[in-house]
Amino acid sequence: MSAVTSVLLAGVGGQGVLLASEVLAEAAALAGSDVKKSEVHGMAQRGGSVVSHLRFGPVVHSPLIPRGGADYLVSFERLETLRYLEYLHRDSVVLVNTQEILPLPVSVGKARYPADVEERLRATGARCVFIDGHGLALAAGNAKAVNAVILGALSSILRFAPDVWAEALRRQVPARVLDVNLKAFALGAGAAAAGPVR
Amino acid sequence: MTTVALLSGNEAIARGAWEAGVDFATGYAGTPSTEILEVLATLPGPRCQWSVNEKVALEVGAGASWAGARVLVTMKHVGVNVAADPLFTLSYTGVRGGLVLVTADDPQQFSSQNEQDNRNYARFAKVPMLEPADSQEARDFTLRAFALSEEHDTPVMLRTVTRLSHAKGRVSFGERVASPVEKRFVREPEKLVMVPAHGIRRHRVVEERTRRLAELAETTDLTREIAGEEGQPGIIAAGVAYQYAREAFPKASFLKLGMTWPLPRRRIEAFAARHRRVIVVEELDPFIEEQVRSWGIAVEGAAARSLVGELNPTLVAEAWGGESSPALAACPADLPGRPPVLCPGCPHRGIFSLLKARRVVVSGDIGCYTLAALPPLAALDTCLCMGASLGVAHGVERALPPSERRQVVAVIGDSTFFHSGLTPLVDLVYNRAHTLTIVLDNRTTAMTGRQQHPGTGRTLAGETTPEISIAALGRAMGIPDVVETDAYDLPGLAGALDRLLAAPGPALLVNRGPCVLLTRKPHGAVLRVDETKCDGCRRCIVVACPALSLTGEGREARAVVDAALCTGCGVCAAHCDRAAFVAAGEGGR
Repeated sequence: MSAVTSVLLAGVGGQGVLLASEVLAEAAALAGSDVKKSEVHGMAQRGGSVVSHLRFGPVVHSPLIPRGGADYLVSFERLETLRYLEYLHRDSVVLVNTQEILPLPVSVGKARYPADVEERLRATGARCVFIDGHGLALAAGNAKAVNAVILGALSSILRFAPDVWAEALRRQVPARVLDVNLKAFALGAGAAAAGPVR
Repeated sequence: MTTVALLSGNEAIARGAWEAGVDFATGYAGTPSTEILEVLATLPGPRCQWSVNEKVALEVGAGASWAGARVLVTMKHVGVNVAADPLFTLSYTGVRGGLVLVTADDPQQFSSQNEQDNRNYARFAKVPMLEPADSQEARDFTLRAFALSEEHDTPVMLRTVTRLSHAKGRVSFGERVASPVEKRFVREPEKLVMVPAHGIRRHRVVEERTRRLAELAETTDLTREIAGEEGQPGIIAAGVAYQYAREAFPKASFLKLGMTWPLPRRRIEAFAARHRRVIVVEELDPFIEEQVRSWGIAVEGAAARSLVGELNPTLVAEAWGGESSPALAACPADLPGRPPVLCPGCPHRGIFSLLKARRVVVSGDIGCYTLAALPPLAALDTCLCMGASLGVAHGVERALPPSERRQVVAVIGDSTFFHSGLTPLVDLVYNRAHTLTIVLDNRTTAMTGRQQHPGTGRTLAGETTPEISIAALGRAMGIPDVVETDAYDLPGLAGALDRLLAAPGPALLVNRGPCVLLTRKPHGAVLRVDETKCDGCRRCIVVACPALSLTGEGREARAVVDAALCTGCGVCAAHCDRAAFVAAGEGGR
């Protein structure tokens, strides 16, 4: 692994992918790294695929992760994970929220949602962690806190100091939902620590 | 005092302008440029406003500059096409207060109708072009651009791309310094009144200025060299392409250009002479490459890469043999796509199925409603540029035989209508066209993130201002049939459509329904499908609502509503002739 750590966050518009990558960028900066984060706006509210590239380390040049360059692939939706397989390398870790959100071609019956996402992921040989982000967010008290659950899960793999995560969440998440998000974060951290790997 | 923060390229441009003492800023919302003005408007001092379009923005900016203000004008790449008329002559008149024109280009067309390379505008209009490569440079170069503009009496263009505008990085910045320029209008007709006799003299001034700027390019620290290892290639690059190239060629030497027009010929010649292999890495057009080749310097460039789409470190490595890491797996080719769609509850979904049912030619425009072009809605026949729907419909009608003329409608959003729908509406009324113009009035500029416009009654600064009525404008133009409809009242809308399609003259329909993202309140009870009534006919599915899907196969297929997404707008229910949609609370479930 190079001195730069690359995290690819993928999901569907409306899931909070961009806010989660914002929190992660903040955490990496608080941990003392150079940080670059790149994403494309516009699909966020409209159900399109959303992806955010986040890189941190002593010096980061490209805001985009090269192919075969993602140390972590963090996927907010089961199917979306497969879209970014070419970013994985031998030592990548894949964190998958098992939630399914049907793309329009599937919901109108023009395409099928792949039934074998987990098998295809395991076949790559990458280390995979699966979590039920939606269920844990509901358990924390708000279905919209899926992104905090996923960050919590990531925190048990990508280790910054706990107070760094808490501070990053405090800076990025609106105060009125901070408590729910901190709870969701803790549930995610617990689930990933205990969850099935590989 | 220096502060460090994580800023996007757009935030950093706003910060740089603010520190430069910018007095006035304007532009038109367009991805990826929009946040620059939105962020600047939150900082104390400068007056910030949305203009109705980019041409007006640059004209207002020119006036403010001539009266001594430091001015920032922002737009996306296609916006510069709209502003090109004043830009080319502003190059002749020059400025008084510094004027910086930001062009936010969109390689890869993430949210644009083309992917033009606006470095060409700098050469064409003969104004300097600065290209920052990250957020820090976005702040630094913006600050420098104001001084450069005043020193050389020229508007200065600053080019960003989506991967800079919407990328975040660490930025250190300082405090605001007051603009050094005195605020007063100085009468200088020979400089500011561009009649031919004055203009021809100013053209000579412009050519002399370009010569001086080319000299400046030879020495400016906006351009710098990064020494690499012996025997490695020498790479000439600018902007974000430079970052990709550093990633792909970690040991190479770089001539990193901060100013890409005019280019520093002697510096490039000297750099090329020191390297056996010289590569120009740039996105889209071979803009630097062609100029460098014209001086007889042999370089590798665009022949190895595609001229389409954005670059990335992998593409740079593949094109010129740089370093890349092996990928563990390939992306599967059989995945269903996930295109963006009109939001659940969008008031302007209904009209498209009504238009489709009437088999009329639908001339579309730029905005959320362009998404109606995608299947299964598939309800748009054309989309050219901002405001073109009216002119295109008018033109289609001109070519068709008289019996088919009424079968053409133009569809345009409210913000787009104010941007550039007024003049083509005047044109079609004047020329006795029959076109039906439909304004989808959602009370905002939704696609770029809900900006204010002349129809909303609010300014960028949040002040109240007169709400300009589109219907009243149409009546003032002498359009005999102007109708306002409620976008959710589909029977009423259908009736109005049929009447206007049968009417003899030009007609205007203003379909009113505020963007669902403005209030985020449900319209009514969340719906569910009564499976005993649904026969899987798919008529509701065709409205392309993300809250609706099908379960089961063939005759067993049934529609399903996702209660978490449904806003209760009822557009799907209006398409169901079996009354299968019922309020989620009813029927004991």
